Amino acid sequence: MTLPRTVGAQEIRGSAFLETRLFPWSPAFADQRDAAISPSVGLEPEFIWERDAGSIRFLVKPFLRWDAHDDDRTHADLREAGVLYLANDWTLFAGAGKVFWGKTEAHHLVDIINQTDSVEDIDTEDKLGQPMINLTLERDWGAVDLFFLPYFRERTHPGERARLRGAFPVLENAVYASGAGRWHPDFAVRWSYFTNSLDLAVSAFRGTSREPFLVPVTTQDGHALQAVYEIIDQVSIDTQWTAGATLWKLEALTRGGHGDRFLAAVAGVEHTLFGIGPGPADLGLLVELMLDGRDETAPFTPFDNDVFFGARWAFNDTADSAILGGPVIDYETGELFAFLEAERRFSDRWIVALETRWFTHTNATAPVHGLRRDDFVSLRLSRYF
Amino acid sequence: MTLTARRALPLGMYAVTVAAVLLASPTLAQQSSKQHGREIAAEADRRDRGWGDNASVMRMILRNRNGDESVRELRRQVLETNEEGAGDKSLLTFDAPRDVAGTSLLSHTKILEPDDQWLFLPALARVKRISSANKSGPFVGSEFAYEDLASQEIDKYEYRFMREETCGDLACFVVERLPRYEHSGYTKQVVWWDKDEYRIQRIDFYDRKDSLLKTLAYDGYQRYLERYWRPDRMTMENHQNGKSTELVFAEWTFANGLPEGDLTPSRLRRAR
Repeated sequence: MTLPRTVGAQEIRGSAFLETRLFPWSPAFADQRDAAISPSVGLEPEFIWERDAGSIRFLVKPFLRWDAHDDDRTHADLREAGVLYLANDWTLFAGAGKVFWGKTEAHHLVDIINQTDSVEDIDTEDKLGQPMINLTLERDWGAVDLFFLPYFRERTHPGERARLRGAFPVLENAVYASGAGRWHPDFAVRWSYFTNSLDLAVSAFRGTSREPFLVPVTTQDGHALQAVYEIIDQVSIDTQWTAGATLWKLEALTRGGHGDRFLAAVAGVEHTLFGIGPGPADLGLLVELMLDGRDETAPFTPFDNDVFFGARWAFNDTADSAILGGPVIDYETGELFAFLEAERRFSDRWIVALETRWFTHTNATAPVHGLRRDDFVSLRLSRYF
Repeated sequence: MTLTARRALPLGMYAVTVAAVLLASPTLAQQSSKQHGREIAAEADRRDRGWGDNASVMRMILRNRNGDESVRELRRQVLETNEEGAGDKSLLTFDAPRDVAGTSLLSHTKILEPDDQWLFLPALARVKRISSANKSGPFVGSEFAYEDLASQEIDKYEYRFMREETCGDLACFVVERLPRYEHSGYTKQVVWWDKDEYRIQRIDFYDRKDSLLKTLAYDGYQRYLERYWRPDRMTMENHQNGKSTELVFAEWTFANGLPEGDLTPSRLRRAR
């Protein structure tokens, strides 16, 4: 009888990828590069080293991308790098980490620990590694997470000549409302609990807003945007009720520090039809409603009065083929943004992923209008090791 | 009447008693075959109690009609639960295919209610509660349904003893069992338990139209801690689509002292 992973288990895994974005339309702004095909390559390895029967874990997960057309998208980051100690009813992590909060799919309203790496994609799902000390306590009445976040990461923005940058480029140097700048100590706490059908979490955050306020400025080179980071406090809940094949989801927050205190919420339902069609495929249907009470003194959000209709088709085949997509519609302005994502595995180590994003009917007064000619199709080939 | 008591009866007398009962009342005979079936399942369950927790690694080989193979590798940890109405808790973590390495499924099994299931997606660092209503759905594209891999609690089924017959070199009880939980993909299963050690040797699965869908064969039983039998291999053959899935187990360890706190959704995000 062998005892697995007793001492010093090590593992290297990750992927290398080739990606190309296809822009069918010429850019909206003269200073943007007019290239229909925009390729890049990247590498995302992960090194894991365990000691003491797995109770101490060191992990390093760098990320590298080289982009042919955007110097700002050519970047490197430590997605995760740190040490984790796992005890029976508590864990301690120190280093750069990644933490996700939330339940809904189209808009991750309450997710705040990590900064968005927005040169990667506009879906806010790519995150920069966040320096932190995170203590988790597991109790009968739920789990409590305490976060100390000593250093702030600025949001990445596409370069001056890049597509998807919007009407104006964002200046390199950010401005901070706090004198401590990016060294402002941020704190967060989260309590999460589950029962038979309910998952519930209540969180609080105080510190530097992950969302920058983008202020129009004029430089020698013309108009640009200055990122300003303010100190905010935020209390949020995220919860899901699981009733058979139907998931009911809610995320809500109240935030102070961005002008007047405001409320925002996302409520949604996801229903899955299992085993439909000729094969064993599943069809998931999603509807999510997004409301946001912020005014012009807070950073702009496109998800203020929006509804998302989505569908997810899982083929349940050996290639794990899946398609997800749908429109997000602003029911006040009629603005429409749509996306479609599809992927499948080839042999055991290759994944082909296709993504498209379409900005149809953008309102001329909204920042999203700057993306109106940046509809794109992205094709990615990844090799996993 | 317990199984052992019945066995202690002289054979002739037993036959007479059964014949008398059968003649006297068919409903009583039905009752008794139900009871006998359940007693066999209960004895199998009783013999496999008290291991606390176990860990193993699994290699899942998916084969289609043309013989093309696709392989998944998983690690599994199971915690035995003694709570009323609750089944075992388990954590499955993928090592291959490499694109899903680290993806983990946490299940808190129930008897008749839907299981609680959470999925950890490492790329997003996200733990997601998922619907467990897809019991009959295929597990990662294999011929195993979720319900085939869930913990087999006695009260999940109603039983009917069918017959005794030889199965390979062994003598077996053949028992029909009908799922009592919702969303099962089967009308019934026929289970072969060997009479020596009450180990499952084979299961036939019947689909909702009551036609034979799949056969699961168990091979290479080994005994751990001098008491608990586990197969080295389980082979599921789908008779309707010609596909099969082989499950090969290795590195079984028992009574590792797995804390219950390791099988919670908040700990799930530390899976790797």
